[in-house]
Amino acid sequence: MQISIYRYHPEQDQKPRMQTYEVEEQPGMMLREALLAIKEQDETFAFRHSCGEGVCGSDGMNVNGTNKLACVTPVSELKRPIQVRPMPGRPVIRDLVVDMTQFYEQYRNVQPYLIRKEPLPEQEIRQSPEDREKLDGLYECIMCGACSTACPSFWWNPEKFHGPQALLASWRFLADSRDQATEERLDALEGPYKLFRCHTIMNCVEVCPKGLNPTRAIGKIKDLMLEKSI
Amino acid sequence: MPIPHRPIPHRRFDALIIGAGGAGLNAALRLASADLRVAVVSKVFPTRSHTVAAQGGVNAALANVLPDDWHWHMFDTVKGSDYLGDQDAIEYMCREAIPTVYELEHAGVPFSRIDDGRIYQRAFGGQSQDFGGDQAARTCAAADRTGHAILHTLYQQNVRARTHFFDEYFAIDLIRDEEGVVLGALALEIETGETLVIEAKATLLATGGHGQVFRTTTNAFINTGDGMAMALRAGVPLMDMEFYQFHPTGVAGKGMLITEGARGEGGYLINGDGERFMERYAPRALDLASRDVVARSMVTEIREGRGCGPSKDHVMLRLDHLGADVVHHRLPGITDICRVFLGLDPAEQGIPVFPTAHYAMGGIPTDRYARVVAPARHGPEEVVPGLYAAGECACVSVHGANRLGGNSLLDILVFGRAAGTDILDYVAENPNHRPMREADIEPALTRLGRWDRTGEGESVAAVKADLRKLMEDHCGVFREDATMAEGVEKLKALRERVERVRLQDQSRIFNTARIEALELDNLVDVGMATLMSAYHRQESRGAHSRVDYPEREDEQWMKHSLYARDGDRMDYKPVRTKPLTVESFPPKARVY
Repeated sequence: MQISIYRYHPEQDQKPRMQTYEVEEQPGMMLREALLAIKEQDETFAFRHSCGEGVCGSDGMNVNGTNKLACVTPVSELKRPIQVRPMPGRPVIRDLVVDMTQFYEQYRNVQPYLIRKEPLPEQEIRQSPEDREKLDGLYECIMCGACSTACPSFWWNPEKFHGPQALLASWRFLADSRDQATEERLDALEGPYKLFRCHTIMNCVEVCPKGLNPTRAIGKIKDLMLEKSI
Repeated sequence: MPIPHRPIPHRRFDALIIGAGGAGLNAALRLASADLRVAVVSKVFPTRSHTVAAQGGVNAALANVLPDDWHWHMFDTVKGSDYLGDQDAIEYMCREAIPTVYELEHAGVPFSRIDDGRIYQRAFGGQSQDFGGDQAARTCAAADRTGHAILHTLYQQNVRARTHFFDEYFAIDLIRDEEGVVLGALALEIETGETLVIEAKATLLATGGHGQVFRTTTNAFINTGDGMAMALRAGVPLMDMEFYQFHPTGVAGKGMLITEGARGEGGYLINGDGERFMERYAPRALDLASRDVVARSMVTEIREGRGCGPSKDHVMLRLDHLGADVVHHRLPGITDICRVFLGLDPAEQGIPVFPTAHYAMGGIPTDRYARVVAPARHGPEEVVPGLYAAGECACVSVHGANRLGGNSLLDILVFGRAAGTDILDYVAENPNHRPMREADIEPALTRLGRWDRTGEGESVAAVKADLRKLMEDHCGVFREDATMAEGVEKLKALRERVERVRLQDQSRIFNTARIEALELDNLVDVGMATLMSAYHRQESRGAHSRVDYPEREDEQWMKHSLYARDGDRMDYKPVRTKPLTVESFPPKARVY
């Protein structure tokens, strides 16, 4: 099979180009394995990857126009010729490797950690199974960046709009019965950009390799804000 | 393009932590919370560290589901270790497990819950109540994504504590001065290809395991034994490297991990005849016997022609009797893996499994404060000043010859924290950076510069593939003298070949080929440590099974191995059989 890959090497290329490689398709082959086969042919090709099973979140990339995680994308399901590009909207460092600084910065901006104000008990903080279930679909995020780099609002305002990943993280803590910083969290999300630049385009939901739903999380934050303001 | 000669920038921190998995991040959290200046160097963004892939859970005798006691946990761990674990460290870990899990929960880990709101605990292999009685339920779980939940929480808390991260920096080597004090490390910024010296009063190696040395492994691409190899090159021997765990349930032929929690929730193994063969090998514990026992039983079934599938080369893990609710709710990650990689629903069909390279019980020798200890003038356990190690790269030793499931997340957390605590004291007593001379950095620069050599040569990928095949063929579940002797010779030849490998890509910016070359150096060193240690141990104990020496020989071999890189030398030191406060558990026959 043929795979066409976005190549850009800042030390020698004036501009990016597409390069086509021939890879022998194996039964059950994931895209990451195909890329590793290309890496064996051409060691100058660079991409991030690690666990190979969709939990480390390293190998987000744009495949045939859609953001995907290479290690859980079977090549058999991809239309030919396969076109692989870096995730959009981020500066390209080299080939499929993009600069994720802004993405991580937005994550850190939402105070992505449990805040507890009362003294801590000697044992666990109790949480009912029902309350714990509210975190399902939120905590599983692997920070691959597929959602935020598929979001037009994030493309235009990556410094101001938190983006779907960070907002999913924000809701993960707002939804946690153990967290005691609801008001600060909501106050910090005020203003036209951080939260409200989401226009429910829902690209994020479409591309999430873990099946999570940042748009719904953003809606829940908005609901909670409304509830608190009346 | 060779790295031009110009002054290398230096940064100074109180503590340097190499590796951002559970051990590194828990140490960093302790130090940053105490307002030390902490640098964490990681070759990947922290949440991509392999702790993220741990599934089943972390052991602590909370007694939330069934009666439990840290002392029972200690007994199980000593027995599981096949009496090679150090009982002082094991007692410390099992006691500390309880506050450690509560601390994690307070930090935000989304543990699964039981009805009264306490942490959910599941059964895991090798666990018992009352010193070998009924099955215990000791493994605290966040569904089957416990490692992910813990790693993300620790990263989050480090964001709060303002830990200084050097993301996507590759550590080349430790820097030691003439007196042997560790002064920090040389690192390479992957994005720019620039070098950086990080000076620190204390340095912690928390780089994880080296599963990539085997062809089929549950480990990630990044698990290349970097810290272990750095220790070797700094003159520190590696301990008990022959004890490498093959996890019973890797997806056959592919290697993805299927958590032991799948059997903890009630799953079981069957052979090609549809028989629950563990009944013959472990009549009481059955499928929840210790991992070494289950892995050997599986391989024996297959060798005797009772495997499953057209080539009879695997066995099946059955979960379909548990019902979709239990399988999908308690094991959602496993459900995903089966759907994506096998195209099946584990609530309906069996999973083909085979023992898969998973975990290093051995590593850099430390004491229970996570201080690295090595043989020196005054004995076999002298502290290497300024150097700490924790997590899978370290050998405390709490796992001995075989690790129990649920004890590795525990190990990284307890000893990561212990390292942080001891570094606080060490830095208080050693408040100044020691002078670093150009010559101290030279060996690390030489290692890096070696890969600037150009010309024709073999590729990194070809040699790495051969290494992984070699280790699988010569150092697998069952071992014997002749195959290992041949393996040692082949590996020595392969080590020579590495000298002739050349990088065709000499660029600087995000050159992953250079990183993989540096990792190959590390893999060869830890591979040799593993194979040499295995070759020399003439007994069967825990994960080390010798066909030619099938018995455990306590008289001669109840001792730790030490492999030194210089001359491929083997040395040994005694097991610490005396716990801190309780009676010692003397070696007994190990029956499950």
